[in-house]
Amino acid sequence: MSLESQELDELKSKIGRDPTSTELQIVAAEWSEHCSYKSSKRHLKMLPMTGPLVITEKGYDSGVLDVGDGYVVTAHIESHNHPSAVEPYGGAATGVGGVIRDILSTGTRPIALFDGLRFGDIEKDKQAKWLFKNAVRGISAYGNCLGIPTIGGEVEFDECYKNYALVDVAAVGFGKKENLIKNHAQKGDVVVLLGGATGRDGIGGSQFASDSLESEDRSAIQIPDPFIEKLIIEAILEARNQKLIHAMKDLGGGGLSCAVSETADSLGIGIEMDVTKVHTRESDMHPDEIMISESQERMLIVTNLEKLEKLKIICEKFNIQCSVIGHVTFDSLMHVKNGENTIAKISTDIVTNATLLDLPSKKPAYLETIENEKEFPLLDNYSETLSKLLSSPNIASKIWVYGQYDHEVGIRTVVKPGVDASVLRLDNGKFLSVKIDGNPKHCYINPREGAIGCFEEACRNVVCTGAKPIGMLDHLQFGNPKDTEIFWTFLESLKGLTDFAKDFEIPCIGGKVSLYNETPLGSIKPTPVIGVLGLIDDTPMISQKISENDCLVILGDTKNELGGSEYFEYIHKFIGGKCPVVNFVDSKKNMTSVLEIIQNKLAKSVHDCSKGGLAVAVSELCMTNNVGCSVSLDKVPGESLSIDKILFSESHSRYLLTIDKNKLDNVTTTLEKNNVSFEIIGNFGGNSISFSNDSKPVIDLLVDKTQKTWLSSLEELVMHA
Amino acid sequence: MKVGVVVFPGSNCDRDMFHVLTDVFHLDAQYYWHDKGLPENIDAVILPGGFSYGDRLRAGVIAAHSPVIKDVQKMSEKGIPILGVCNGFQILVESGLLPGVLLKNDSLNFMCEWTDLVVENNKTPFTNQFELNQKIPIPIANGEGKYFADDETLKSLQKNNQIVFRYSDVVNGSSNRIAGVCNEDGNVVGMMPHPERAVESEINPVDNKPSSLIFESLLEKMGVKN
Repeated sequence: MSLESQELDELKSKIGRDPTSTELQIVAAEWSEHCSYKSSKRHLKMLPMTGPLVITEKGYDSGVLDVGDGYVVTAHIESHNHPSAVEPYGGAATGVGGVIRDILSTGTRPIALFDGLRFGDIEKDKQAKWLFKNAVRGISAYGNCLGIPTIGGEVEFDECYKNYALVDVAAVGFGKKENLIKNHAQKGDVVVLLGGATGRDGIGGSQFASDSLESEDRSAIQIPDPFIEKLIIEAILEARNQKLIHAMKDLGGGGLSCAVSETADSLGIGIEMDVTKVHTRESDMHPDEIMISESQERMLIVTNLEKLEKLKIICEKFNIQCSVIGHVTFDSLMHVKNGENTIAKISTDIVTNATLLDLPSKKPAYLETIENEKEFPLLDNYSETLSKLLSSPNIASKIWVYGQYDHEVGIRTVVKPGVDASVLRLDNGKFLSVKIDGNPKHCYINPREGAIGCFEEACRNVVCTGAKPIGMLDHLQFGNPKDTEIFWTFLESLKGLTDFAKDFEIPCIGGKVSLYNETPLGSIKPTPVIGVLGLIDDTPMISQKISENDCLVILGDTKNELGGSEYFEYIHKFIGGKCPVVNFVDSKKNMTSVLEIIQNKLAKSVHDCSKGGLAVAVSELCMTNNVGCSVSLDKVPGESLSIDKILFSESHSRYLLTIDKNKLDNVTTTLEKNNVSFEIIGNFGGNSISFSNDSKPVIDLLVDKTQKTWLSSLEELVMHA
Repeated sequence: MKVGVVVFPGSNCDRDMFHVLTDVFHLDAQYYWHDKGLPENIDAVILPGGFSYGDRLRAGVIAAHSPVIKDVQKMSEKGIPILGVCNGFQILVESGLLPGVLLKNDSLNFMCEWTDLVVENNKTPFTNQFELNQKIPIPIANGEGKYFADDETLKSLQKNNQIVFRYSDVVNGSSNRIAGVCNEDGNVVGMMPHPERAVESEINPVDNKPSSLIFESLLEKMGVKN
């Protein structure tokens, strides 16, 4: 909970005296990894962050994209890993709350949530099951209560998250460009704290999150109250409509310390505040506790005295508290008083700008051999293998999860959860498509290519709905950065993402770095999670019901890339082999071709081929459409491979197109013209999912029976097993 | 005609309902904050869904004591059409304007899914355009949506034709698969599923026409040609 000794020396030399206890607490919070990004900041600059649609304003915690006609979309991603690993319900719920306030800070209404959840092996580990079940409940309780639909996400289980949890939440906002808060401050402006009372929860939360998880520090966990958050959202948006807000920031990690110092620093002002003016939950709180409490549902607002009166009327209407805790000065100091006594007076520049580290890195030894190939003997038939994969926790339908989330409220959800990317309608007649993706199994084997793969997969999903990717959110989750090998994997992932973002001209509009994700058992696998936002100008791709005699076309090559695949890891319990690599040229050609086919309305459905490979992707199509399909593996384009590899390779840049027979010529002409690799590999019809090779049967599963286990196995495992 | 949409602290389907009333059915809708009364001149009242007071104590129970409820009650006595959707239904039940209670779903989970309703009473101001037994594809989204009434109440509901909608399948353990009921006069209707989420084809994956009839029934009742 305190500064390291060299940091303390540095602070002393910067301020020329010993810091007070309050200053020490403020600086310790602000200089924590969680708030300062001291290990990662100098490297994050490599990501491209500008583009024709990107709007930047000072002091924003979320990215802003211009979607035309005077409207903007805002987006941000956060995680709440440490708290969720200790108290999953509250940790996950407050994770939702925090990212929503980042969206609200820009003056936009939050319209959708996405969550990426990762836990240990729930088949063996009761604690992982408990964490999973309660994290889902926490998200459900919070998001549903606010009336913000949770429309997408992912759930993954891996041994590397044993005794731990990754809870990532992305939020999207929407509003008019003219309503964006242009953060500024004028002479005479006051600083207002609005919302929930400050209590003894989340004390030192940001430092807690900046160290490996070794103890259950429950006082560092925040307590959720979605009802207050809902009132804050409506109050703030009313205040925004009346133009009562000069500047705004949410209180997250580091509490008041962070919000006050960062607001002052970004606006180039000073702030003088009095802790006795803060409305608290308990009467005997120490001033230092008030400064670093991470109690939720609080917003910091800068406004003037005239507007303050109107703001108070709004707060009265919603029955939420607002306290004037200080005022704006022009000395660039953060001046904290306890009544008449000064307890901290320190330059905001010193508080908010921790010295950035340039940590050493070294390629991990394990990477030298991990991509060595291993061959497994062929089986007589793979029906059982596919069946096992389809009911495995990572591949089984996540309906038990998203069925607990209100994904309809707000009446924007055009493409619902459970398929590729979800699609929302916007007020200007356009559509927004969003997907988040991670793949720690690939990233462990090859941090660079794995991260690129996550990025490309999110793009593919968005492309499947007919959208062009316009922005990316990155969430980089790794272990202790002071471990040179871990830091190397962080840098490699970041470099990969940067290369892809530059090449595909997709700007990074926001992100988060979460380090120290480890327990005494060790570090998590590198887990970058990438969110991609896509825009559809006219009509989204809405899947039509597949009928008998429709054709199945695969676009993209299947390669010998089974490292990190579900087939190797879940079926053969083998971690290793060559990880899928994205070929940028093919990837781009394939994306363009899919978009062209969708625009010309040539496909009945477009589905991404990823986790579990071709076999799983075809099964998903059959199960969601209640129709069988016969696929000839010998027709699948790509490297010459054994049948298990064709079935289960997770090569990127592949799409499955369902085509009406009458449109097949049109489709093949388009694909030939674009010079992409494709084949007609199957026909829909009947009631079984069947794969054959040179006319010899390889897999034969009944659709209805398979669908039943696919839909119910996760719930069975969580609730009954 | 003027439709009042009552907003409680924590309501979150008010804007969706308002959009449907104004942009889809071109009605003159107005929001009314819970702490004031309702004007005399409104022709219908809708209590939208959400989590009034964060569902504390029990869904709808605190909102049932809001000042506005007195006026809702007066209007119900005058025979003015009143519709409560989801949390609005829970509030009507908790305020005694409709019989029965709403309990936690059998799954003990929040449930968001599309389901089919069957129209059991086509005489109310919100169902007069339906055929009896007509099906409505519609989404539910609730944690406390299991309708419960004791046997005696169920008998009288049946006898007085107060069961308005039933689920086509067993969804959440509701008594007799009841999804919506009305008062004895038939002018106050409560339902757990969300018609405002189903009337636009863009967001309805099945068929938006049946749900639209709920609002078209109101228009018919008020003698408004759409």
